Amino acid sequence: MRFGIVVFPGSNCDHDAYHAVKEVLGADAVLLWHKDRTLQGADVVVLPGGFSYGDYLRCGAIARFSPVMDEVISHARRGGKVLGICNGFQVLTEAGLLPGALLQNASRKFVCREVPLEVLNAGTAFTRKYRRGERIRIPVAHGDGNYFIDEEGLKRLEGEGRVVMRYLENPNGALHDIAGIVNDAGNVMGLMPHPERASEKLLGSDDGLRMFESLLG
Amino acid sequence: MLARVFVTLKPGVLDPAGKAVEGGLHSLGYSEVGSVRLGKYIELQVEASDPAKARARVEEMCQKLLANTVVENYRVEVG
Repeated sequence: MRFGIVVFPGSNCDHDAYHAVKEVLGADAVLLWHKDRTLQGADVVVLPGGFSYGDYLRCGAIARFSPVMDEVISHARRGGKVLGICNGFQVLTEAGLLPGALLQNASRKFVCREVPLEVLNAGTAFTRKYRRGERIRIPVAHGDGNYFIDEEGLKRLEGEGRVVMRYLENPNGALHDIAGIVNDAGNVMGLMPHPERASEKLLGSDDGLRMFESLLG
Repeated sequence: MLARVFVTLKPGVLDPAGKAVEGGLHSLGYSEVGSVRLGKYIELQVEASDPAKARARVEEMCQKLLANTVVENYRVEVG
């Protein structure tokens, strides 16, 4: 099981994710440069947090057209697992791999703090090491995390159990307190909170580590 | 040929930045302002044999990149 962490110009949580997977979890991991046209055999692709391409135009809009994204999209269409964290979540919505969009926080403020979350679906490949209804603490750090989707899409997400995590204290105005979702096939997940920043007790919480553990199968 | 693209948030999509500008105008005493919505204005120099072709290409660019049609509308003016 190999993790591939994509490095876009402006990614700043790539090494945190690499550390969590490689050093804390002890799994095989490689960094994937955005201009590469190979995933180097990665089974799980992580799109990390940051400000890819300076967030120009819209968050994730330009990163979505990086050469490596063609490979990521093909990987996802083959059923390969893709985890988008924060900016990675924004890239996944821009790429059409996840529905909806992430708007500016309703407060207009950048929020950077640990938030309580509820795990709503512990049956996904990303959350199988959690319990349904479990409350966990993971930090958020974003200015544009306000999840938006049209009414029909929202009903579908809720009805199909695809809202995987919900904020217990909504930091950004997201509809239905949505913190993370999966696609309909269940192999692509996006979330605004940063599990890699909660992967060791030393960091204040290790509630995020189980997301990477879940992916080990 | 000059193409102008106006990207605006769809009605009903929250616009926190627009709200901030609205508050600013109200505090300056412009009480007649009902609501403010911020958008983007993009200018493109496009090589094309006629305006219709330029427009078709720019609309394609809007669909693919310049606008996120989940939350935004766009309008193109050419020439």
